[in-house]
Amino acid sequence: MSEEQNHIIRPYGDTTGDGMVQLSFTLPMPHSKVAEGAAAQLANKMGMDPALVVHAKPMGPDFTFFVVYGRVNHLVDTSKVEVVERDYPLLSPKEANLAIRKGLRRRLTVVGACIGTDAHTVGIDAIMNIKGFAGEKGLEYYRELKVVNLGAQVSVPQLVERARQEKADAVLVSQVVTQRDAHILNTREMSAAFRESYPAAKRPLLIVGGPRFDETMSEELGVDRVFSRGTTPGEVASFLVHRLVEKRAS
Amino acid sequence: MTQPGKLQLDPATVRQARSLAEKVGKPIVELAQQHTTVAVERATLRLAGLEGADADGIPWVNRLLDCVRADLGLEHGVALPVWDALVRGEADDLPTLAQKASAGSVRFRLPEGKEATRAKAASRKQVAAGVRRIDVRRAERDKLIKKHGDAPRKPWIYLIVATGDIYEDIPQAQQAAREGADIIAVIRSTGQSLLDYVPEGATREGFAGTYATQENFRLMRAALDESSKELGRYVRLTNYASGLCMPEIAALAGMERLDMMLNDSMYGILFRDINPIRTFVDQRLSRQIHARAGIIINTGEDNYLTTADAVEAAHTVTTSQLLNEYFAKEAGLEDWQLGLGHAFEIDPAVPDSFRLELAHAMLARDLFPDAPLKWMPPTRHMTGDVFRGYLLDGFFNLVGALTGQGILLVGMMTEAVVTPWLSDRDLALQNVRYVMDSAGKLHEDFRPEPDGFIANRARQVLGESIDLLDRIVDHENGLLDAIADGTFGLMKRPANAGRGLDGVAKKSETYYNPASEILEVES
Repeated sequence: MSEEQNHIIRPYGDTTGDGMVQLSFTLPMPHSKVAEGAAAQLANKMGMDPALVVHAKPMGPDFTFFVVYGRVNHLVDTSKVEVVERDYPLLSPKEANLAIRKGLRRRLTVVGACIGTDAHTVGIDAIMNIKGFAGEKGLEYYRELKVVNLGAQVSVPQLVERARQEKADAVLVSQVVTQRDAHILNTREMSAAFRESYPAAKRPLLIVGGPRFDETMSEELGVDRVFSRGTTPGEVASFLVHRLVEKRAS
Repeated sequence: MTQPGKLQLDPATVRQARSLAEKVGKPIVELAQQHTTVAVERATLRLAGLEGADADGIPWVNRLLDCVRADLGLEHGVALPVWDALVRGEADDLPTLAQKASAGSVRFRLPEGKEATRAKAASRKQVAAGVRRIDVRRAERDKLIKKHGDAPRKPWIYLIVATGDIYEDIPQAQQAAREGADIIAVIRSTGQSLLDYVPEGATREGFAGTYATQENFRLMRAALDESSKELGRYVRLTNYASGLCMPEIAALAGMERLDMMLNDSMYGILFRDINPIRTFVDQRLSRQIHARAGIIINTGEDNYLTTADAVEAAHTVTTSQLLNEYFAKEAGLEDWQLGLGHAFEIDPAVPDSFRLELAHAMLARDLFPDAPLKWMPPTRHMTGDVFRGYLLDGFFNLVGALTGQGILLVGMMTEAVVTPWLSDRDLALQNVRYVMDSAGKLHEDFRPEPDGFIANRARQVLGESIDLLDRIVDHENGLLDAIADGTFGLMKRPANAGRGLDGVAKKSETYYNPASEILEVES
C-alpha cells in the first residue's frame, strides 16, 4: 500500500473498505410506505447507497423515527483534516487541582463580580457557584480554588479593594446587560482601575465574560481573556491554570 | 404498593436515626420561629392579594415592604404597619397603598393597643382570604382528579420542559403529556434562585429555563388542564420553590394550583450559598403553605451525588432525607407529600454498582415506606455514548421498579449531549415502559438475602448516616456549625454569611404575622 492510500479511509462495518454507517433521525410525517421511502431518499442524498431502512416507528400521529444502515461512497483523507486547537489544554477538576497544588503550592484565589448597574448574576453564578453550568460544576467545586463571589452591582473601586484584600490571583467580571455598550465601557473602566492600582507584574489576571462579548476583543478591553456565550466553568478553570500555574512554572 | 421492610432493618436503629434527626432539627425550627425574612413578609402580602409590579418591573410586594422597612425595620413584620395604614384610611386597598408609599406619601407607624388589635384583625381577614383561595384550589385539584382520573400507574412519569419561553413550553408540555408524562416540570431559568424578588408576568426569555412567575404558573396549569381533559387523566405540574423567595413562590404555587414543588431544606445553603438562617426561616413558611395546598414536595438529595462520590456520600443522602422528613412533618406535610429525592449516580465502572444502587434505593424505600420517593436518573456518568447511556437508563428504571419509587424522572440517553429531541423522549419512554411492563412486579418475588451484600450495604449506609447525625449533634451549635465547617460535602457555609442575610431579622416582641398564625400546625 502506498503512503497516499494510508490516509484515505472509509468507515468500517465488518470488512475493510465496506463503508458501512448507521444513522437515526425523525421525519415530520406519519408512518407509511412513503415515509420509509422518504427516509431512504434522505440517506441516499447523504451519500448512503444502498440505504437499508431497518427500523421505522411512528411517534404520535405526525412523526416517524428511522434507523438506517448503509454504505457511504465518501472517502476521508486524514491528511487534509483541519482542527482548531484551543491554546490551552482542557483539564478535569482533578487535574486542575493537582496542577495548582504542585505548581503553586497554595490555593489560587479568584474574585468574581458583576460590575456597574448590571444585576444579572446568572453568568458569574454559572461559572462560580458549585451548582455550575452545562453539567459541569462551578469553580467553588475545585478544592484548590478559593472563590469569592461578590455578586451584583459591585462598583469598580469596591472590586479593586476586595481583590487587594483577598490577594486575588484572578478577577472574573461578568457583564450581561449591553444597553448603550455598558458592558464595553464598564470593562474598560475596570481594567484601567486595576492597571492604575497595581504594578504591572503584580496585577491579577483579568477575565471578562458575557453573552455579547467578542472573544477577540481582549486587547481592546485591556483584559487578559474574554469569554463569550456557552463558556463552561471547566474552560475558565483550565485557562486559570494555564496562565497562572503553568506559565509561572515554565 | 411494595411491602415495607424487605431489608428487615432493626426498628430500634430506625427509631434512633429519626430521633437524632429530630434532635438536629428542633433547634433549627426554634431559630426559624424567632426570625422573619423579607421573603416571609412578602409572601404574607401576596397571600393578602397584592400582585403586579411597577413600571420598572419591581413587584409591589417588594416596594411596599421596602417602605415599611425604611420606616420601622423588618423586625415587627409587615402586617401591623400596613393594615394600620389601611385602617387609618391612608389608602383604600393594598395596591394603592403600595403606590402611595413608594411615592413617599405614606409614613408607617407601629400601632399599639386597640389600634394594633384592629390592624391585626384586618390583616388576618385579608390573608385568610388568600389561604381560602389555596383551599379552593386544592379542592379543585381533588375534583379534577376524580373527574379525569389519576395517573394510571406508579411510578408517575416525570418529564421536563425548558425552553425559556412560556409560549414554547406550553405545546412541548402538552406533547410530553400525550407521550405519557404524568408530571411536567418546567425548569427554571438559571440563577432565579438568587433573585430576591419574583419576576412578573408571562416571560419569553430565560437562561436554560423559564422564569417562575405567577402568570407563567397560571398559563401552564390552564394548558395542562386542557391536556388532562383530552387524555382522561390529571397531568400534574411542578416548579421550584428553592432560592431566596421560597415562601412567596410557595404562595403563588398554592394559589395557581401547582401540584408539586422542588423544596429542599439545605439545597440553597449548600449549592447556592444562601444564608442558612434565611433558608431555614423561608423554608418553614413555604412548607406550611405547601402542606395547606396539598402540594407534594420534591427534595434535592440527588444534588449531593452530582458533586460527591455516590458510594462514599450515600449516607449524606440518607441523612438529608431524614432531616427533610423532620422539617417537612414539623411544617405540617404528611407522608404522601414527601417526594424525598435520591439518584442513580454510582460510577458504572465500580464493581457491583447495580447492587449498591439497589441497596441504597431499597434503604430509602424501607426507611420511608409511605413517602412517594423521587428517583433521579444518571447524569454524571452519561458520556455521550448514547447506546451505553440507554442501557444505564434501563438499569436505573429496573431499580425504580424493584423499589416501588413514586416519582420517576425519565432518563435521557442524550443527557450531556443535547436538550432531549422528540425521538430521545420517545425512546426513553419505551425504555421505562419495557422495564415496568416486564419487571414492574418483580419486587413481589424479590427479597434480598438477609445477610447478603444488599442488606449489609443498606445497614452500613444507615449506620454511617447515624454517625453523621451524631457528629452534627456534637457540634456546639448543632446543624448550623456542621454546615459552617463543611460537614456536608465540600461547601463551608457559615451562619453569618451568604446571600440574603440582610433580609433576615430577629422578631420583636410585637411581631405579628397572620399567615404564620393561620398556618401554624397545632401540636
